Amino acid sequence: MAETTTNAPGKGGFKFDIQALGPILALIALVVIGYLLNPDFLASKNITNVLSRSAFIGIMAVGMTFVITAGGLDLSVGSMTAFIAGIMIMVMNGLIPALGTTWGVILVGMGVGLMLGAAAGALNGILITRMGIEAFIVTLGMMVIFRSLVTWMADGGTISLNFSLGSIYEPVYYGGLFGIRWPIIVFAVVAVLGEIAMRHTAYGRHCAAIGSNEQVARYSAVHVKNVRLMTYIVLGVLVGLASVLYVPRLGSASNSTGLLWELETIAAVIIGGTLLSGGYGRVWGTVVGVLILGLIDNILNLTDLVSPYLNGAIQGVIIILAVVLQRARTSSR
Amino acid sequence: MNPAIATPEGQSQATSPAAPTLALLNVQRSFGPIQILHDISIELHPGEVHALIGENGAGKSTTMKIMSGYLAASAGEIVLDGAPVTFSRSREAEAMGVTLIHQEFNLAQLLSVEQNIFLGHELRKGWLLDHGSMRAKTRELLERLETPIDPRAKTADISVPEKQMVEIAKALSRKARVLIMDEPTAALTTRETEVLFKQIERLKAEGTAILYTSHKLDEVARIADRVTVMRDGHIVRTALRGEMDEDQMAEAMVGRELSDMFPAKRPASGAETVLDVANFSVGSIVKNVSFALERGEILGFAGLVGSGRTELMEGLFGVRSASGSVAINGAPVKIHSAEDAVNAGLVYLPEDRKENGLILTQDMRRNLTLLALKKFTNVLIDGAAEEAALDKAIVDFDIRAPSRDVLVGNMSGGNQQKVLLAKIMLAEPQIVIIDEPTRGIDVGTKQQFYTFIHQLAEAGHSVIVISSEMTEVIGLCDRVCVMRRGEIAGEVTGADVNEDTIVRLAMGLDKKGNGHG
Repeated sequence: MAETTTNAPGKGGFKFDIQALGPILALIALVVIGYLLNPDFLASKNITNVLSRSAFIGIMAVGMTFVITAGGLDLSVGSMTAFIAGIMIMVMNGLIPALGTTWGVILVGMGVGLMLGAAAGALNGILITRMGIEAFIVTLGMMVIFRSLVTWMADGGTISLNFSLGSIYEPVYYGGLFGIRWPIIVFAVVAVLGEIAMRHTAYGRHCAAIGSNEQVARYSAVHVKNVRLMTYIVLGVLVGLASVLYVPRLGSASNSTGLLWELETIAAVIIGGTLLSGGYGRVWGTVVGVLILGLIDNILNLTDLVSPYLNGAIQGVIIILAVVLQRARTSSR
Repeated sequence: MNPAIATPEGQSQATSPAAPTLALLNVQRSFGPIQILHDISIELHPGEVHALIGENGAGKSTTMKIMSGYLAASAGEIVLDGAPVTFSRSREAEAMGVTLIHQEFNLAQLLSVEQNIFLGHELRKGWLLDHGSMRAKTRELLERLETPIDPRAKTADISVPEKQMVEIAKALSRKARVLIMDEPTAALTTRETEVLFKQIERLKAEGTAILYTSHKLDEVARIADRVTVMRDGHIVRTALRGEMDEDQMAEAMVGRELSDMFPAKRPASGAETVLDVANFSVGSIVKNVSFALERGEILGFAGLVGSGRTELMEGLFGVRSASGSVAINGAPVKIHSAEDAVNAGLVYLPEDRKENGLILTQDMRRNLTLLALKKFTNVLIDGAAEEAALDKAIVDFDIRAPSRDVLVGNMSGGNQQKVLLAKIMLAEPQIVIIDEPTRGIDVGTKQQFYTFIHQLAEAGHSVIVISSEMTEVIGLCDRVCVMRRGEIAGEVTGADVNEDTIVRLAMGLDKKGNGHG
């Protein structure tokens, strides 16, 4: 939408194709269905719940949009969240004897989370760009490694944050500004920045160029390796950010933290219209994709029409449908 | 070979009264509301080369696709051996002996040469593949085409001309009665073109009917027994050998008289040296090359494909690792990436615009500004400045597109090339290296490119032109470096810039050699 304003007049302004419009229509349909099935659906308490739970996936999905647009993939984000959350909690608990149960400890924990995210992303990116290993392989390996590390750190159980520290940290998830919870605000800011970066900066342009044709990008003086590496680092930092917001929610990390989040994240990106093969990505689409997945989950929980256990099946159908729509557009060109 | 019938020249006249093997009768074709072909009637006779020429967009490709079953005609008849046929798919046409050699390579990159040649027509022994006979047959075909590559070589690893030869070998293996060749020599050097012509003579002698398209009119004049000229979806003229010379062909294609193709040459002015390259090597492909380029000069680089011209320039541009010293305006520079090169004022227009030059799935604006994006960026990209740059490029380079936001992949080759030239010029370079400026471009647009190149030199840019089309180097350049096996075999200037001298240097012939190029 913002695109039309930067283009010269004479562009086919109202030529919306189903693929661009599809995700939004689906989102509107879900809202209507949700309201018809249960009027509580639109209550601000419910909306707040849905949005703050979607925020974790959403923040990561914005980063994932850049990775996929540049022709990459990251399967490790779910277990990375668990690993970062685990380390954060252990560091914060470990600092209590020295610093007491204070905001200082929490700030250190947050810093550790963000830096750990950047480091993990950099590790993924370096293995992919410098060693030339397939992104799928590298991040599949990292996914298993992080998951195993967090299980080991928790000794098969749960790593819990010190209770009184947890109650200081809690407002970061449950508190907010003007009645809007922090995770929602952070998600919105990340999404807006991501949309601007994708559409209006050289970085976004370069990601799309690399994903379309790496050789053309190289001949056009684009630092292919650095731009790619940066997509993984940014994603890592966003995973760190998601973890920083996640830890105060439950105050613990375990083997099952962030389970299958990588798939939900990638699904949101694809539902939003970004091409899995790279070369074209849109952040606003990803945001719509995140909301669709969040709402389906919520509607199934609020109504007894379909068992919530079928949530996964419905999500799966939607993912496949989204790609079918993409194909339909590509072949009609 | 068949020595009994292999008298290349005189044989063909005798065959013309024979019935055509394949004919199109009043064929029409529309895409949606737009009619692309009007009343196309064309006959392919056994043992005859029928050349189909026309500018890009004249309808040659559509005609060939209809002949070979890739497209259906909207109206009209296809007649094979006197009986009307409908090919519902290209496979059906192939089964009836009609084979198309594609211009865009349809080879599976990860399969071997041999697997590609027999793809879909594998030889079998019972249920299993007969690897032995396929390899032997492949060897024999490649030998016939004088292309010494290993049948087991991975297709991705062989050169572009070799890929073209593999396409030809593939068609030969099908034992076609009608062979349709879509610009087979566009990617071939003079030597390989000669090999191909020898095969064409051989196929003629065997009674194959051949449809041949090319933008190189000298080739057409040489090998065609019959020439059909298309323009805007109509057949303008059909003539027998000798009835139409090259100028008349070009005029019939363009529909207007072509003045001289090339602007007047600019003799070397002895101005200051802009680029000084010394002892420059690229891997094991380019060895110790030294040359200099003057301000406002158009320096030619000739040589066979594979002589290291492209690799040399890619080394200078920083997309291949290289060693040696490079000085720009007298100051030594180190170029390790395309970005270094652009910062030093040197740009490169790659040989393969679809692989290395343009992003086919993006619009003109994004393609245009990609190389010089910094100039349009101050934290955010200035969309209005981009649009203004596109406006200017469209005017300066006469870019014709159905709309501003058309995907570059949907534009014609000539217009793509114009976008690419506009793109590299946006970086405001001092030195412009253009690799194959007019590959796969029609005559009218070629002439425009020659004018552009001239204007660049006149405006003070220093230009290097690499071309496998001898006329292009000769017509454009006052000084030509001829490369052979990774070295500069010689440099010719002024009156020495002629086909004979350049070919001799390129082939490594003795200076007082015996006249056989």
